[in-house]
Amino acid sequence: MEPKPHYIARPSPSGAEVDCAPAFTEAGQHSMSPQLEHDDIARFNFLANFNKFMASKVVGGNAVAYEQRAKPAYAATQGRAPRDRREIRAAMRPDPYYRLWSSLRRNAMEMRQQAGRSVVLRQAGRLSARAQAANTGAATLRLDPGTQVPRYQSAIDNHCMPGSYYQEYFPADVSAAANYDLGMFATTTGLFGRFLDGAGAGTAAWLRKLRPDWQPRRILDIGCGIGHNSVPLARAYPDAEVIAVDLAAPMLRYGHARASGMQVANLTFMQCNAEQLPFADGYFDFIYSTMFLHETSYVAVRKILREASRLLARGGLHVHLEQPPYQGMDEFEKFLRDWDCYHNNEPFWTTINDTRLADLLPQLGFAGDRIFEAEIHAIVDREMPKVAAEVEDYGRGGMWYVVGSERPQ
Amino acid sequence: MTDAFSHADYLKLVNAAASGKRPYFFDNPDIDRLIAIVLAMAGELAVARERLDTVERLLARKGTLSRADIDQFQPDSAEAAERGRWHLEYLARIFRVLQQEQELLQRGPDEPSSEEVAGELAR
Repeated sequence: MEPKPHYIARPSPSGAEVDCAPAFTEAGQHSMSPQLEHDDIARFNFLANFNKFMASKVVGGNAVAYEQRAKPAYAATQGRAPRDRREIRAAMRPDPYYRLWSSLRRNAMEMRQQAGRSVVLRQAGRLSARAQAANTGAATLRLDPGTQVPRYQSAIDNHCMPGSYYQEYFPADVSAAANYDLGMFATTTGLFGRFLDGAGAGTAAWLRKLRPDWQPRRILDIGCGIGHNSVPLARAYPDAEVIAVDLAAPMLRYGHARASGMQVANLTFMQCNAEQLPFADGYFDFIYSTMFLHETSYVAVRKILREASRLLARGGLHVHLEQPPYQGMDEFEKFLRDWDCYHNNEPFWTTINDTRLADLLPQLGFAGDRIFEAEIHAIVDREMPKVAAEVEDYGRGGMWYVVGSERPQ
Repeated sequence: MTDAFSHADYLKLVNAAASGKRPYFFDNPDIDRLIAIVLAMAGELAVARERLDTVERLLARKGTLSRADIDQFQPDSAEAAERGRWHLEYLARIFRVLQQEQELLQRGPDEPSSEEVAGELAR
């Protein structure tokens, strides 16, 4: 399947109602939500609107700067126009518009971290106590302090998140998770839904459509984070046992407390490395991951998929939600999408997007399966105010490329 | 009030720099630093404006306040300390880039850039 042109950021249609980001007060409140004061909320309102402004009004100027200035300048010295995204990058690097856009964008990422951290570190003790009250003695939270953080997580803090997912300032700290949760609504300008579960809800709806009467017995969410996309699957299949795995203890503690506050009982959070999971062959009927594989590495993504193949039952199904592969995409768009790899600490982003995962699956244990590519759209809460124009900010939109396979009986 | 850190530690942790070399986009990285400060100022101005808007709307809803009340306002010492604390947070927020520069300098030049890790993880 060729990536569809609508992955390209589109300008908002003229005459749209109000082209502002949803107010932060629209974000869903759950049992682990940090307490916010007036100015905390105002800060996220600024950031969400700034992100939306950048995505709808500013990013497009890069293409103009390229055509009008960078491409001719490159051609003047090289005797030809840039041929691929790497050459476009070289051509754009000195461009003043690109530099200003990049500098603002990097700062917006850093400010989002600062805004979240200023809220959660203020109440880190209370958040930890709240999580502990919900988690103590629960059989549905299984932490393994022996879990090693692999190089692809430890080399550099993912998307400029100081301390990444796993840093603990004191025992049972959940501040990394609370910060992640808090900032995502603003970063994605609400496109993932009030509870950030648009991808999980979209996956559940997609699965229901594909297999209307199917009842998976066991479901695995790989790289679950705070379980924001595990909860919708657990709710859609209340008779299934859902297991959500992640490396980072703060995310699991927070996610488990959050899910138990939502009265989700059929969901177990486990700390383990997705490359080697402690389950028997064929244990799961449905295996999925959402925006996870791009945070691993060339070697790890192969190990993880091979492990998924081992764990997938006969008649089962697995899917992974990611960004669309670069194959067939315009070189300039690839260049823009690469920005996050080089400047927002997403170091595996470019490589995975350059890989067509569907081509990889047959070598990783899925040769006998029906391999497919599809698209999943976020399903966000109905009460969420309609955003006037859905602008996909090169990786932050409410739709994903999906690759997976169905295993015959 | 912070419940797990001293106020000084809190300010430092809030501003912590993510690990990995920070990219600069202009030939003169001072321009990047200036943009960091200007964007933070823009953010804080928006926050102040929203707060003022809240106050005005609440006043309109609930009652009245004279201009003289504002001009003659004298904070007591606890109020003054609260305002002082706000100023410290405000300054830390606007001048984040200065602290992060210091942290990165202290960590030395050995941290890889995301570009370097990208090369490593692609193998």
